[in-house]
Amino acid sequence: MSARYRILLPVVSLAVLLAAVFYMQPRAMSYFGLNLLFNLAVPIALATVAQMMIIMVNDIDLSVGTFVSFVACVTATFLHDTPLLGGLILLAAIAGYAAIGALIEARQLPAIVVTLGMSFVWGGLAVLILPSPGGAAPDWIRTLMTAKPPLVPMAIVASVLLAVVAHVLIMRTSTGAILRAVGGNARAVGRSGWSLVQLRAGAYALAGLFGVLSGVTLVGLTTSADANIALRYTLLSIAGVILGGGEFTGGRISPVGAVIGALTLALAGSFLSFMRLSPDWQIGAQGAILILVLAVRLLFARSGRRKEAQHG
Amino acid sequence: MKRNIKLFGAAALVTAALPAVAPAQTGDARIALSNNYAGNSWRQAMLESWEKAGTQAVEEGVVAAADAFTTSENQATEQAAQIQNMILQGYDAIVVNAASPTALNGAIAEACDAGITVVSFDGIVTEPCAWRIAVDFKEMGRQQVEYLASRLPDGGNLLEIRGLAGVFVDDEIHAGIQQGVEEYPQFEIVGSVHGDWAQDVAQKAVAGVLPSLPEIDGVVTQGGDGYGAAQAIDAAGRDMPIIVMGNRQDEMQWWAEQRDANGYETLSLSIAPGVSTLALWVAQQILAGNEVPKDLTVPFLVVTQDTLDEALAATPEGSVANVEYSLEDAQAVIEDAKAAE
Repeated sequence: MSARYRILLPVVSLAVLLAAVFYMQPRAMSYFGLNLLFNLAVPIALATVAQMMIIMVNDIDLSVGTFVSFVACVTATFLHDTPLLGGLILLAAIAGYAAIGALIEARQLPAIVVTLGMSFVWGGLAVLILPSPGGAAPDWIRTLMTAKPPLVPMAIVASVLLAVVAHVLIMRTSTGAILRAVGGNARAVGRSGWSLVQLRAGAYALAGLFGVLSGVTLVGLTTSADANIALRYTLLSIAGVILGGGEFTGGRISPVGAVIGALTLALAGSFLSFMRLSPDWQIGAQGAILILVLAVRLLFARSGRRKEAQHG
Repeated sequence: MKRNIKLFGAAALVTAALPAVAPAQTGDARIALSNNYAGNSWRQAMLESWEKAGTQAVEEGVVAAADAFTTSENQATEQAAQIQNMILQGYDAIVVNAASPTALNGAIAEACDAGITVVSFDGIVTEPCAWRIAVDFKEMGRQQVEYLASRLPDGGNLLEIRGLAGVFVDDEIHAGIQQGVEEYPQFEIVGSVHGDWAQDVAQKAVAGVLPSLPEIDGVVTQGGDGYGAAQAIDAAGRDMPIIVMGNRQDEMQWWAEQRDANGYETLSLSIAPGVSTLALWVAQQILAGNEVPKDLTVPFLVVTQDTLDEALAATPEGSVANVEYSLEDAQAVIEDAKAAE
């Protein structure tokens, strides 16, 4: 699939869904409305970019949801009460992520198993830190997340910023190219003198960094934390990456697409809610939207291959 | 024209000042229910009650809409998004049974900032701008001992059946029972088991502990465990103590059978799922401009010897006794809370 289609489809899906939401709920077509529609999508988008870093190197991370919950608990407790200690814990968590990446590469372990195990570790730590829901958001993050910039709401500013940063980092720097190459052909990268352990650790560290940002922004929105607050993010983030044009293998990912994919998923929930669809059907309907988008993508991919065959 | 506008202005000022005297009409107010879970009989009954009371309120023109929304997954982030959608949909009040006491606070603060009345019940929230209709589980425990004291003035031995260990509700009811025993020191708790609010677990637990216990005069419970306790005590061939019940259909069924056979008397109390309708009326009262304290307490649904037949007939098999609250009930709850302040 060409890079152009890769980004085209998520953009079209988001636009169609947004048009449908505006049609059903004209009130959403405002500064205030857009912010309400998308502000909870910002932490999801960050978690999706975190997941993308892992999928980029052909792995999958089943611990994103519990990791973000853990970060949320740290943010609402340590980062609020003793900012220095809180910051250190979050840095240690990122280092922990890097170590997991290094371990997976060094011992050739399946990432799906290691991260599944880690999900229990993060979940357990979250409960230890915050046994009952509570805590408070640090003022600065609350101010940041509820800021009202002129013309464009914060949720949109944050999403665009995230897309640009992730795009530059992964698609426009030499480090990003090497990291994507690890997913494409790890052996070739290794033979040309790069340390795969370091590279995989780097990709995981990036995932940890975006996971931390996700948890911190989430607390900025909710004002307090809960050890189970973000469990859904694991599946949402994987779906977001794929919806955004990423693939499970070959380092084929799209940072801009991942952000759009996350926004689309968040919007799909609102769309179904505005439709007054019974909750019994909502999960199924969300799945149907996903399948629909992926089916369209498959069609594009097929016709793309056929053209290549004809010309090639 | 200019004078007309001035007149309008004056009229608007007067109406703005009026609500304190004459409650505003709520006929065009729209109320939404944000619910996080629908997977057990209590929640199903809760939604049915809301539907019934809401439809009636709309037909009578008290409110314009009373729509119920349930999130597809029991997750706080999803419910926060749901509440933000409700703000967009322009509801005047949002009634919440929350997935988390704290994780929805951001969304609820957004709603309050948009001028929306937020009333939480059962699963209450800590955000100060919201109203809370809480369950006084402690009082539920205390009242059991109080009832036993009225039946057994000389006191006696009690068996306590607790709920699921480590859950807030279990601790609260237990604390209430402890408080009751302190108030009526003629009672002594001689045994305590965990029945996990389930008849089969309670039956096994009670059967296991019975041989080591002296004669038992009363059993204090947490609901969902009374029938199992009765089965175990019956199987052991002991005299039937006074078992306080928890409004479950099987418990009341057993109680009615015993009453017909040997005049058995007891008390049954629990929280009615219809508390959702109480929240609906409280929201309506706030919208009507009435002064309502932020913290309200749900009354228990008590089934006595006199109301047993009625309650049993109205409760479907496998369900729990329910009651739909009326506008007057809500006003009474509000008055009680004002008096307590």
